[in-house]
Amino acid sequence: MQLFHAFWVGGLICTIGQILLQRTKLTPARIVVIFVVAGAILGGLGWYQQLIDFAGAGATVPLTGFGYSLSHGVMQEIETAGAIGILTGGLKATAGGIAAAVLFGFIGAVLFQPKLK
Amino acid sequence: MNMTEQGKQDYKLRVSEVCPQTNLLSGCAKAFLVGGSICVLGQGLLNFYQNMGLDMQTASTWVSVTLIFFSAITTGLGWYDNLGKFAGAGSIIPITGFANGVVASAIEFKKEGFILGLGSKLFTIAGPVILYGLITSSLVGVIYYLVTMLGG
Repeated sequence: MQLFHAFWVGGLICTIGQILLQRTKLTPARIVVIFVVAGAILGGLGWYQQLIDFAGAGATVPLTGFGYSLSHGVMQEIETAGAIGILTGGLKATAGGIAAAVLFGFIGAVLFQPKLK
Repeated sequence: MNMTEQGKQDYKLRVSEVCPQTNLLSGCAKAFLVGGSICVLGQGLLNFYQNMGLDMQTASTWVSVTLIFFSAITTGLGWYDNLGKFAGAGSIIPITGFANGVVASAIEFKKEGFILGLGSKLFTIAGPVILYGLITSSLVGVIYYLVTMLGG
């Protein structure tokens, strides 16, 4: 059941992106940034947590989930460490994803050659 | 030379004739199917990691790392770009799309050197995402801190 909810919620989030892509002049990079910012705001409001409880990876895999992780990490860290959590919590919570993207990006660039256009 | 009102209208008509009309419905269906499938893959991995005894947060991080790894390989092989042509936002919005942006720009610019080519262009997509994500989450944090201070 969780797989099914992950499918349609994740698909729906991507569909919102597709509508923005086709019906506005926004570039993919801007849409990606909008999704992360939206996820961070919804995370701060506590709404995105409910979506994750319902849809699991359907909510965490889209980039709104990355934004949520930033805000969620900040709030969690404020609870345990106080005000410094405003600065440390976000990157702590997303460190794995960021480090993986940077490291695999580097390795990929070393191993693979650019495609000829 | 000033374009007349009539000229502008003609131009718009010409543009709409020449540009391919992408069908919103089929674009959305493809984005839905591919985006949803990537999330199902993520959910399968999440279940797998949770069954290994990891808590939700750790398991989620492992899911992100695994998907980013797959994305890096398929980007290097050129497969992810083909998926992107078909799926549009269905391949951009998931975390695999983020990884694709990072890896693709790193590969593209390595010919400009390892420091200012690969090293800096790696962050072409990651930079804005991290910057604006951090700004937003820090603001959330400031508000959250003030509210809990005043309220608690």
